[in-house]
Amino acid sequence: MASQLVRRLARSRLDGILSSSSPNPSFFNRSFSSESNLIRATLFPGDGIGPEIAESVKQVFRTADVPIEWEEHYVGTEIDPRTQSFLTWESLESVRRNKVGLKGPMATPIGKGHRSLNLTLRKELNLYANVRPCYSLPGYKTKYDDVNLVTIRENTEGEYSGLEHQVVRGVVESLKIITRQASLRVAEYAFFYAKAHGRERVSAIHKANIMQKTDGLFLKCCREVAEKYPEIVYEEVVIDNCCMMLVKNPALFDVLVMPNLYGDIISDLCAGLIGGLGLTPSCNIGEGGVALAEAVHGSAPDIAGKVCIKETLILYS
Amino acid sequence: MSHRSFSILKRVITHHPNSSHLLSSQRSVTYMPRPGDGAPRPVTLIPGDGIGPLVTGAVEQVMEAMHAPVHFEKYEVHGDMKQVPQEVLDSIRKNKVCLKGGLMTPVGGGVNSLNMQLRKELDLYASLVNCFNLPGLPTRHENVDIAVVRENTEGEYSGLEHEVVPGVVESLKVITKFCSERIAKYAFEYAYLNGRKKVTAVHKANIMKLADGLFLESCREVATKYPGIKYNEIIVDNCCMQLVSRPEQFDVMVTPNLYGNLVANTAAGIAGGTGVMPGGNAGADYAVFEQGASAGNVGNTNLVEQRRANPIALLLSSAMMLRHLQFPSFADRLETAVKHVISEGKYRTKDLGGDSTTQQVVDAVVAALD
Repeated sequence: MASQLVRRLARSRLDGILSSSSPNPSFFNRSFSSESNLIRATLFPGDGIGPEIAESVKQVFRTADVPIEWEEHYVGTEIDPRTQSFLTWESLESVRRNKVGLKGPMATPIGKGHRSLNLTLRKELNLYANVRPCYSLPGYKTKYDDVNLVTIRENTEGEYSGLEHQVVRGVVESLKIITRQASLRVAEYAFFYAKAHGRERVSAIHKANIMQKTDGLFLKCCREVAEKYPEIVYEEVVIDNCCMMLVKNPALFDVLVMPNLYGDIISDLCAGLIGGLGLTPSCNIGEGGVALAEAVHGSAPDIAGKVCIKETLILYS
Repeated sequence: MSHRSFSILKRVITHHPNSSHLLSSQRSVTYMPRPGDGAPRPVTLIPGDGIGPLVTGAVEQVMEAMHAPVHFEKYEVHGDMKQVPQEVLDSIRKNKVCLKGGLMTPVGGGVNSLNMQLRKELDLYASLVNCFNLPGLPTRHENVDIAVVRENTEGEYSGLEHEVVPGVVESLKVITKFCSERIAKYAFEYAYLNGRKKVTAVHKANIMKLADGLFLESCREVATKYPGIKYNEIIVDNCCMQLVSRPEQFDVMVTPNLYGNLVANTAAGIAGGTGVMPGGNAGADYAVFEQGASAGNVGNTNLVEQRRANPIALLLSSAMMLRHLQFPSFADRLETAVKHVISEGKYRTKDLGGDSTTQQVVDAVVAALD
């Protein structure tokens, strides 16, 4: 039943995309012109239920006649010295070449001396924006039925820089870094996305009344980019207001752009609004037009193929 | 010392919404005052900005109608002042209790938040927001009864920022064992004294291993001293997701500063909105009561002009204040009246789905007082 629903959705979305005029932006460096053009994409099936989901994705795509050719790469069992992790150099090169990828859930094996797989991917491919569209699925009833928003989260800096140290015993400092370059990058992407998808409003989420310089810089960058897109309404919302409005009336928001930590929390909150992480697509955008869609959940054994379908839809959007 | 524990005991009996309903029908003599306890207590009142004067005015009216033994010492403080005036601080230090409307913090510009300043000066390290479903108010979620205890002085809101080079800004998040321990102690003590069963610590220690790790360590240590109370930990993004899908699993939540802000506002939103949730800030010596969740406590110009701000939150906070001052039956009367007005549904402000003005709601509450 789920696969039927999904097939219907996939077909309708595909029709929508192939029929509408698609822009040829610098972010997505591939041509979208005719159906005979085969798109090569890298697929990381991942662990746990990953391979199962990957199979169902491939099946759905085959049924929907999507012109895509998958290059599968598996996570190795030993550390590749060129990447310092379990991901091989070939896998990374493949993503860089194809510019499009789909990643299943990857469980980072516990051990010493290597980076987490997700972190490796993020750093090597310079994935700076995490895009999560959240819309209420027809047919899956939650307490919120009118959710239709996209959260765009800065993925590289902010509170998750990992720079912590113990000053003296019992006192710990953690650095939150905001740079102009990263903020501009993610703001540009957010506005570009809004324009490309016909979204009307972009809201920047911040706490600049307390963190004046850091979130102030983020806001300044967003404002600069907003001036270049006069047709899109731009607003700034303090994060506690945003949380409250999201749970009371999620229809108020359209596209949300945020620094790292707020983005993490708000995107998971939005995922909760529509039914959980099992139903949320997510895509990481990197420099040079790389797009890596992923499963946000873990390798849990009890989730059906719903997730990857949504991600592949976002791959096309 | 016994004086204080007496009042805390009263708070236990009368705080829980269900039990207050019970008491009003029983009418037994539960509070034996000492001679002179009925003398009017002075309380500092800060109307604040925006809708602040409107809602504090509402509280004043209701207090007068009840003949409550409090008299307010009003002080004008506005969000664009450089710092809180010394006379206000002296007054709060003398009275030990304060009721405050919202103070607006200008966005992005060099004035330090006065709310933060007040909290640091008076060392109000615990911020409590009590989010619960009000009977008669339709919300998407049922069975919500969450108390969010939020560390109020350090964490991400330390205000320590600087520009490293042009275009790169750093902000320090400071977590100390001292502050984490005392907020954990407050949370468990609150749970113990109010008959709560579970305390949940909210953190992001998988990413911020040292900082939130220290916070969690302190919570765990305190948890061992309260074996009767269940303790668990939850990552903040999962927490927000659970709050919007199954909020009934949470009881008392203890969080550092930033997460507390978000969690409190989310919890307030799911339980009916920030216009109705009471809250307060407490320290070792002083207590300042204000509208629970911080979102929208200044309101916008529309609300001020049309005088349609929601006074319920501040009224319930002032009920908490009355209990803190050991006037439990006044607190009960006020809460019962407010709940009656809400459940009736005739006089509700815009954020609750009605279109009454502040004054109409206040009049309804005064009329409902017995």
